[in-house]
Amino acid sequence: MTDELPGTDAAAAAVGETQFAAGEPLLRIEGVAKTFGTFRAVDGVSLDIKAGEFFALLGPSGCGKTTLLRMLAGFEAPDQGRILLGGKDIAQALPHERPINMMFQNYALFPHLSVRDNIAFGLKRAGMARADIATRVAEMVALVKLDGLEKRKPDQLSGGQRQRVALARALARRPQLLLLDEPLAALDKKLRESTQGELMELQRRLGMTFIIVTHDQEEAMTMASRIGVMRDGKLAQVASPRELYEAPRSRWIAEFVGDINLFDAESKLRDGHRLVIGTRDAGPLVVAEPREPFGEGRLSVAIRPEKVKLSRRGPVREAGHETAINQLDGVIADICYLGGTTTYKVKLDAGGMLQASVANSARLDVDAYSLNQPVVAWFTPDDCVVLPS
Amino acid sequence: MSARRIFARPARLAAIAPYVWMVLFFLVPFGFVLKISLSQTAIAQPPYEPVFDLMAGWGALKAAFAALSIDNFRLLVSDDIYVFAYVRSLTVAVTATALLLLIGYPIAYGMARLPTRWQAVAMVLVIVPFWTSFLIRIYAWINILQHDGLLNQILLALHLVSQPVVWLSTDSAMYIGIVYSYLPFMILPLYATLAKMEPVLEEAASDLGAPRWQVFWLVTFPLSLPGVGAGVLLCFIPIVGEFVIPDLMAGSNALMIGQTLWLEFFTNKDWPVASAAAIVLLVVLLVPLLLYERLQKRQLEQGR
Amino acid sequence: MRKVSRLSRFNVVSLALGLAFLYLPILILVIYSFNASRLVTVWGGWSLRWYHEFFNDRAMIEAAWMSLRVAVSSATIATLIGTLAAVALSRGERFRGRTLFSGMLYAPLVMPEVITGLSLLLLFVALNAERGFWTVTIAHTTLTMCFVAVVVQSRLGSLDRSLEEAAMDLGCDPVRAFVAVTLPLIAPAIVAGWMLAFTLSLDDLVIASFTTGPGSATLPIRIYSEVRLGVKPEINAICTLVIALIAVVIVIASLASKLSSSQGESAAPL
Repeated sequence: MTDELPGTDAAAAAVGETQFAAGEPLLRIEGVAKTFGTFRAVDGVSLDIKAGEFFALLGPSGCGKTTLLRMLAGFEAPDQGRILLGGKDIAQALPHERPINMMFQNYALFPHLSVRDNIAFGLKRAGMARADIATRVAEMVALVKLDGLEKRKPDQLSGGQRQRVALARALARRPQLLLLDEPLAALDKKLRESTQGELMELQRRLGMTFIIVTHDQEEAMTMASRIGVMRDGKLAQVASPRELYEAPRSRWIAEFVGDINLFDAESKLRDGHRLVIGTRDAGPLVVAEPREPFGEGRLSVAIRPEKVKLSRRGPVREAGHETAINQLDGVIADICYLGGTTTYKVKLDAGGMLQASVANSARLDVDAYSLNQPVVAWFTPDDCVVLPS
Repeated sequence: MSARRIFARPARLAAIAPYVWMVLFFLVPFGFVLKISLSQTAIAQPPYEPVFDLMAGWGALKAAFAALSIDNFRLLVSDDIYVFAYVRSLTVAVTATALLLLIGYPIAYGMARLPTRWQAVAMVLVIVPFWTSFLIRIYAWINILQHDGLLNQILLALHLVSQPVVWLSTDSAMYIGIVYSYLPFMILPLYATLAKMEPVLEEAASDLGAPRWQVFWLVTFPLSLPGVGAGVLLCFIPIVGEFVIPDLMAGSNALMIGQTLWLEFFTNKDWPVASAAAIVLLVVLLVPLLLYERLQKRQLEQGR
Repeated sequence: MRKVSRLSRFNVVSLALGLAFLYLPILILVIYSFNASRLVTVWGGWSLRWYHEFFNDRAMIEAAWMSLRVAVSSATIATLIGTLAAVALSRGERFRGRTLFSGMLYAPLVMPEVITGLSLLLLFVALNAERGFWTVTIAHTTLTMCFVAVVVQSRLGSLDRSLEEAAMDLGCDPVRAFVAVTLPLIAPAIVAGWMLAFTLSLDDLVIASFTTGPGSATLPIRIYSEVRLGVKPEINAICTLVIALIAVVIVIASLASKLSSSQGESAAPL
């Protein structure tokens, strides 16, 4: 399919024009800060993004992710720091001077222009010849599958179609970097999921660099190759989706990304390659020794619900491995059936509450637990993560 | 710098032309009113003693300031004609505004309850008469209200009266004229707030056991108060300064302040007194304006 | 969506009475303008006699022509300057003198016309300007540009700012973004502003009375002096013509705004 797009070569050449050493990032953000009044919206963010990446900025509302994106687009200028695109500082450049395009949250389609003229808008500004504009628009229309709708006005399109026009319009100029501000927020769930797939496919095919801003962690996990989690204007962690989920750097990230059980540590005891951590709510827990040592602050033990197994009698133990498994007794306190999985809340004898997510792998629930049934919850030390609070 | 500020620079340049225009044709003339209201009447053309001549230099200017007098204002408060005119203006404005509210509210309420498609039609229907000339609308009523006009013909035909009723040159004619001319100004803000109101609120009130009239008094009306305020102000202020309607429709025994000003200016050629009357009129109008602004500010703060 | 009508009988009756109150007097006026009888209230059959009379009344025709000229020129100037003012107020953020600026723009909206008229006359007298077409035009422009500014400003305020940002993102500098995106989108408001200015000017009696000079009366001034002397059938005819003119202006303007919104694709500025 890439071969059918004559423009892609030109775009690749355009990217190649700005010479920068191999391995150097396409975009380098250096200590960027932005204050609105007394509110520090973005507080010293540094980040490298390589060409061809699909990067997601994830965070709750007000964390500064949109402000950061708007600084990349040129709608806000940072108070401090540099933004280097292909080695050139563009922090103070105006939006129309940047080889960056943005797909707006509500699409910002020009209501007085047809689909075709919306897509052609940026090309006309670039002074492209009329014939070339027609070719490029046709190519874009085919790319986002809008054939036959070229003459329609935005208000004659469905939400999904509008989203495609916005995408085509932003892609038409072949930007070095495409910014997407909550691009799927206005779509319903089903359409959102299929569009996620299409966006990923498109990004791979065009070999472009995408930065998406979202508050939806599932969306970020599905689409992005790397995720930057933002909190209070700072980057809390930059990692692959898997690393973010399985090895969050802090308690806050662990709670923000997915569900998690957390137990505050009260004591700590070394036992070979393992640590035995005493908790008030779940008793002593055996965990693998973390790779990086952490300071003296308070710790907590974190375990994802799907890592917790439930059984009536507990795991079958092999001789000599008794301590290798954490085994907690309790009774079922709450059952939440979700279709694919069922979430049980187990009231531990030690006093705390533990969530366990169990796959419903059989249609007939012969194995399902009932309310107030005594159970044994168990998990291995490697399933636990020790986090600084 | 933000996107807004990128736009702001060229946008500010756009202010230059209107700024110059308004200073020249609004602020400066207003200074003239102030100046002339403080000068002496003279029988001449223009009929006032110039307070100062800018060409005459600083000394003349100082002498001129010494000659400023508040005689015109003193006349306004001591002469019954003016005091009565102010009182009458305020009474007429209060009465007419109350009438407008009584007549306009049911209409606006009915509009807000129309199906959405018909609401737009109703709004156009209310606005269109506003586009036809103000003077024509008054004239239309004079047609109807005159001695052998349509109203009297109908009343006679229905044997409701035995003799033609005198309508013109009475206060009732004036009130009909004012209500007719200002009705859209009352309806539109009322309709705007009533249409914005969630129908669920009224449903919730009746669900909680309120009978219809209580739903109205306890929920609908209090929530429409911002619209009531806007409508009342939009009508009250221009009515106080109204000239044409009382002049054409009311009797000439009690004048409103707009008429007095006109009379002083055109008939008595007493420009200084007319100017002073204008200043007093403005001061009278400032009170409700400031009240309204404070009310709006409070509502904004409560809304947050 | 709720389909159940919430209209009560009271609502229907008040709406019907309200609309009848608004329209009947005008309707009666229009009908009687075709009355053959000299007595305004006695129906003497259909006739165009009073229109004929009007077209032979030189003074009245001159006043009408003066009013039209003043309305067109003052509405046009007011639309230009008022739109600029609206842009400055809604896009200029904070600037020095902004409070005074917006105060000067809003004051004429609530100021009694007698005061506006009086103050402008005093200015023209002080400047020793010859009173006539230009002084009335300036006076009307001063009043109506404030209305234009309010209408256009409210449209600018409700416009999604991300449209302008999108235009800049796609390669426009701020001025070109305004011309290519903002201006077409606020065009209906500008047209509405012009119409409002036009009818306000055509309608005005008080300010024109103060600012015009001898021998250049506007139509409302003439009608006013005739009405003061009593009802004349000719006035009915003139009023009907004015209503028809305003109706035509409204229809043309709404057609124009419809046309401009459907022509967008070919009319897109390059």
